[in-house]
Amino acid sequence: MPMTITEKILAAHAGMDQVEPGQLINVKIDVALGNDITAPVAIREFEKIGVETVWDRDRVVLVPDHFVPNKDIKSAEQALLIRTFARKHNLINYFEVGHMGIEHCLLPEQGLVGPGDLIIGADSHTCTYGGLGAFSTGVGSTDLAAAMALGETWLKVPESIKFIFHGELPKWVSGKDLILYTIGQIGVDGALYMAMEFTGPVIEKLSMDGRLTMANMAVEAGAKNGIVPPDEVTRRYVEGRAKRSYRFYRSDPDAGYAEVYEFDVSQMEPQVAFPHLPENTRPVSEAGNVAIDQVVIGSCTNGRMEDLREAASILKGRKVNSNVRLIVIPGTQEIYRQMLREGLAEIFVEAGAAVSTPTCGPCLGGHMGILAKGERALATTNRNFVGRMGHPESEVYLAGPAVAAATAIMGKIAAPWEVA
Amino acid sequence: MKYRGKAWKFGADVDTDAIIPARYLNTSDSEELAKHCMEDADPEFPQKVKPGDIIVAGKNFGCGSSREHAPIAIKYAGVSCVIAKTFARIFYRNAFNIGLPIFESPEAAGAISEGDELLVDPGTGVIKNLTKNEEYRATPVPEFMQQIIAAGGLINYVANRLKS
Repeated sequence: MPMTITEKILAAHAGMDQVEPGQLINVKIDVALGNDITAPVAIREFEKIGVETVWDRDRVVLVPDHFVPNKDIKSAEQALLIRTFARKHNLINYFEVGHMGIEHCLLPEQGLVGPGDLIIGADSHTCTYGGLGAFSTGVGSTDLAAAMALGETWLKVPESIKFIFHGELPKWVSGKDLILYTIGQIGVDGALYMAMEFTGPVIEKLSMDGRLTMANMAVEAGAKNGIVPPDEVTRRYVEGRAKRSYRFYRSDPDAGYAEVYEFDVSQMEPQVAFPHLPENTRPVSEAGNVAIDQVVIGSCTNGRMEDLREAASILKGRKVNSNVRLIVIPGTQEIYRQMLREGLAEIFVEAGAAVSTPTCGPCLGGHMGILAKGERALATTNRNFVGRMGHPESEVYLAGPAVAAATAIMGKIAAPWEVA
Repeated sequence: MKYRGKAWKFGADVDTDAIIPARYLNTSDSEELAKHCMEDADPEFPQKVKPGDIIVAGKNFGCGSSREHAPIAIKYAGVSCVIAKTFARIFYRNAFNIGLPIFESPEAAGAISEGDELLVDPGTGVIKNLTKNEEYRATPVPEFMQQIIAAGGLINYVANRLKS
């Protein structure tokens, strides 16, 4: 029976020849991931199970990234808890401040996850690694605890939805715009419990950074995972980087899909998601006159080199509007280094931006850019729920790096062609 | 055991930031989290909710983050169970794993009004509306998940499995 890429990866990890949507299966996992918010709860639950150590000290990955560098005493204690656990169990992949990154920028970059892998992480944006052609999904802390003990988890095989993107991607339109547009079309529960498979000529030409951005926001449509068929772009990205062997799976041509959507992107504009749901998308030219107090460029969605390069190309030689605070957050320490090597840090600082060490920080209203009552931010992050970045009466608008940079210059939501 | 309590109604797409805002996630203390349960959807909720009360919501309840702090906050605020039209998938798993009973029932989510007195039988999935004298059915829970509940949550389930 023909299978989708998602079904093939799940079948391989269940030790089965065949799986079908709706089936409950027990699967071996390749990587289990936690962060400084979810791992403390997972560790507490793990210790109740009564096993001596984790299933594999190479494959339990802990990344403090949400509230680090520690924002307050309680956060410091949470970070200490996972640091202590990592040392006690000799975890190879624990990443300290100064070496770390936002987890979903870090794991692909370090080659810890690769095509054909099955990854679970106690963070909803774990679905990011689908950009590499992996099955990857978010779970809670208790699921992580069980996985840390067993190296296995249970999953329901999801139905798949296929998205085919046709045409030519216009200038300034990126992976972020494709995924915002898609969520705008199907809604925040449009892919509930399902796999989103991104295909077509536009995706084949899309960079790995763009693919990771798209898979990252699959959860914003309710999906279990987002996935891009691996190809030459994937091969170039993982070669010399992957720490383990990897395998390319492809959907069979006659595989079954719950739905197939086809979009022509040739006339697409950069997208903006208005408060308070990622599905409230509009083309940037229809944004109207929306004054913005803060712009954030970064996060697991858009904190990669391509994103920073795009923002810098617009900000070069220009100044951030006097009514705007621009915060730029590279996704990992390595991206930070590369940003320095390419002179991007200087462009941002000269433009009047605050450039931070990697952290999830403002994306979830943690620290490094909290909004006051009535303030508005435009961010390259992934959620614009009520109170997401601060006060419950503040607002978040989501967009890609080009719109973010233009907005920082103009002081209102702006299209890149208005400034560059 | 049946759950009996007053219904508190919420709309569609209630996200995990509304259930427990990230500004409180610098702790995983259950009682502390409970003090801020549903705060960004209804600031008075933590004060108003009584032990046994039931949250009734629209589609996609618990969308957003994987934070288990969300079902924990609801459970320790004294809420006996949650009824929704649909649940977001990570929240759905988390609720079972930590032992917060949840019931998917488009019928109940549509018919119940705020303040209705409800009686929920987790064994049969029958939701009785004592105020309106109506009865609704919840979508059956997969057998494997019933085993997790019977074991007292995922951790006990795994511990039992490792012992045997």
